[in-house]
Order: sequence, then C-alpha cells, then structure tokens
Amino acid sequence: MRAAERDGWGPDPSFGAWRRTARAGGRVASRYAATVAAARDDLFQPTPEDVALVAALRDGDEQAFARVVDELNGPLLRLAGLYVQGRAAAEEVVQDTWLGVIRGLDRFEARSSFRTWVFRIAANRARTQGGRERRDIPLSALLDPADDPGGPALDPERFLAPGDEWAGGWAVPPHRWAPDAEAQLVAGETRALIQDALDELSPAQRIVMTLRDIDGWSSEEVCAALELTPGNQRVLLHRARSRVRAVLERHLVAADRA
Amino acid sequence: MSSDGTVGRGSEASPGPPDTATCVGVVELVTEYLEDALEPDVRARFEAHLDDCEECEVYLEQMRATIVAAGRVDVEHVAPATLDRLVAAYRSAVRARRNPGANGV
Repeated sequence: MRAAERDGWGPDPSFGAWRRTARAGGRVASRYAATVAAARDDLFQPTPEDVALVAALRDGDEQAFARVVDELNGPLLRLAGLYVQGRAAAEEVVQDTWLGVIRGLDRFEARSSFRTWVFRIAANRARTQGGRERRDIPLSALLDPADDPGGPALDPERFLAPGDEWAGGWAVPPHRWAPDAEAQLVAGETRALIQDALDELSPAQRIVMTLRDIDGWSSEEVCAALELTPGNQRVLLHRARSRVRAVLERHLVAADRA
Repeated sequence: MSSDGTVGRGSEASPGPPDTATCVGVVELVTEYLEDALEPDVRARFEAHLDDCEECEVYLEQMRATIVAAGRVDVEHVAPATLDRLVAAYRSAVRARRNPGANGV
C-alpha cells in the first residue's frame, strides 16, 4: 500500500489540529471564532442516516453502495477538479476515492458525516495526483475568497453614482422577467443556460453553488466538506448566484423582447 | 429606488460593508438574508427597505427564482461501466472480509 493511500483513511491531521484549536477557542471572545467552532462541532455528529448508511455498506448492501456512488459522483468530480487537470484525471481520482472508501469502511468513525469523510479521502487522493505544485495546498487555501474573482454582484453602472442625490439607488433596475419566466426557467434551454453559467464561474464559486443549489447540501455540510468558514461559504455562494442570476436576466429579458 | 425618498438615498457612497440604506447595499446582502445570516436589527432594516423598494423586491425574487431554477439542473450521474466496476470491487471486498482466510479474491 502506498503511503498516500494510508493517508486517505483517517481524518486530515491538519483538520484535527484545527478542530482542537476551535475547541480551545471556547475561551476566545470573538463571536466569529465561536460561530465557526459551533458549526464545525456540529459536523462531527453523523446523522442517523449516516450511521444507517455505513452499517448498510459494512453489511454488503450493493444497492446502498451504488446509490451513494452515484449521488456523490458530481460533487467528487468537482472536488477532484480543484486539484487535477482534465476530466479523465478527475474521474480517476473519484474511482480511487471509492476504492479507498471500500477498504476504509471499518475505519469510518462517527466523527464526521459520511460525505465529509468521503470528501476528505478524495481531497487527499486529488492532492497526491495533482502533482507537486498542488500537493501541499489545503482545500481552504484553494477556496479562499480573497483569491477568488470578487467584484460587486452587479455592474456598478446599474446604480446611481456617488454624488447623485440618490447615490446607491437603482439607475437601471432589474429587468422584469417575462410573465412566463417561471415556465422558461424549467425549460431545457434555460437549464442548459444555467449549466453554461456555472461552467463560467471560478472553480470555488462553482463547487459551492452546485453543492448547495443542485446537489441540495446544507450550508453546514458544505462548510465541513470543503473546510470553509460559514462566512467564506456565503461570499462564494453570493458571487456565484449573483452571476447566474445576471445570465438569466439577460436571457429572460431578451426572450421577452424577441 | 422608490420615489418617496425613504430608501435609496445614500448620502455618501462609502466603500464600507454593504448597508441596508441603499439598493446597492441590499443587493450585496441578499445571500446573507436568504441564508438567515443577518443580525436581527440588520434583517429588520433589510425587510423595511424591501417594503419600500419594489426594484429590490424584484431583485430578491429573481435571486430566489435563480436558486429554484438551479435546483432543476441535472445532476451528473456516474457512467454505468464505472459503477459496475466499483460495485464489483465492493462485492469482492465484502466477500474477502467475510472469508478472511480466502486469498486472492
């Protein structure tokens, strides 16, 4: 067994250290630190579903295994994509992750959700395969909003400029969507448009928005799996959703006027 | 911006954190609002702004619609061949565990 494989089993040591710091941080007056600590501690409690799932997997339930492999396929591919280049390499990381999960099932400890545990294994695999330049970069650094293309949610031109009596108010209000926008939003064409808009996002924005809004993960789960603070998660989510909304606005208005 | 002047009047557009006095601030706080992450007093001011500002209300509704629409995007399923391979590996591992003595599964 390669050392890298062994590394995949347990929780990330740095994460454990972080956790101990967060725990000790009960004394820290900062509400921010307390919030993060509370969010993290939460995550170390697997849900009853997690416990049942792991029991089923240990018991040889192939349907349960197939279901979870399918369910986590998209999320794991995107996680791998943060570290490795190209679809084939990402798929290799995901498959390798599942082999690691299979071999490590007995070592799953009720200290995290199942998803977080699988993500931790995948991040270790991806780091290893990502090559020397990415190996030592923790997930939290790859997803730091400070290194992510920020900027306002909307073009500043949409608002009245400083100096104007109504500075900060709408100069170009949101274009109303067509009366049938509701129907359009679920149409295949719009779904493809959203997919394209997601592809245009930064990797950090994309993984947060897809986990939240497409895969339906809670903010707590996303924070745990991606080692993000709640605040940073919201920053990335805000940028992502704002951009996708802007794409929809252009599309739905254009369709209305056409 | 509403015409009655109760909102949208940001006397100085300082580059501080977004605030609820201006539409530009409200737009930047939309996600924190939807995530229920605003302090109670900020949340109250945010909602008061929305009561007075139709444009920001439209904006909020469009953000909600965006989230709903994103939820309809297809998830990426695993390729059947890959799934078969992984299930086979899983099956072998389960068998090997049940029969620790048997080699070379």
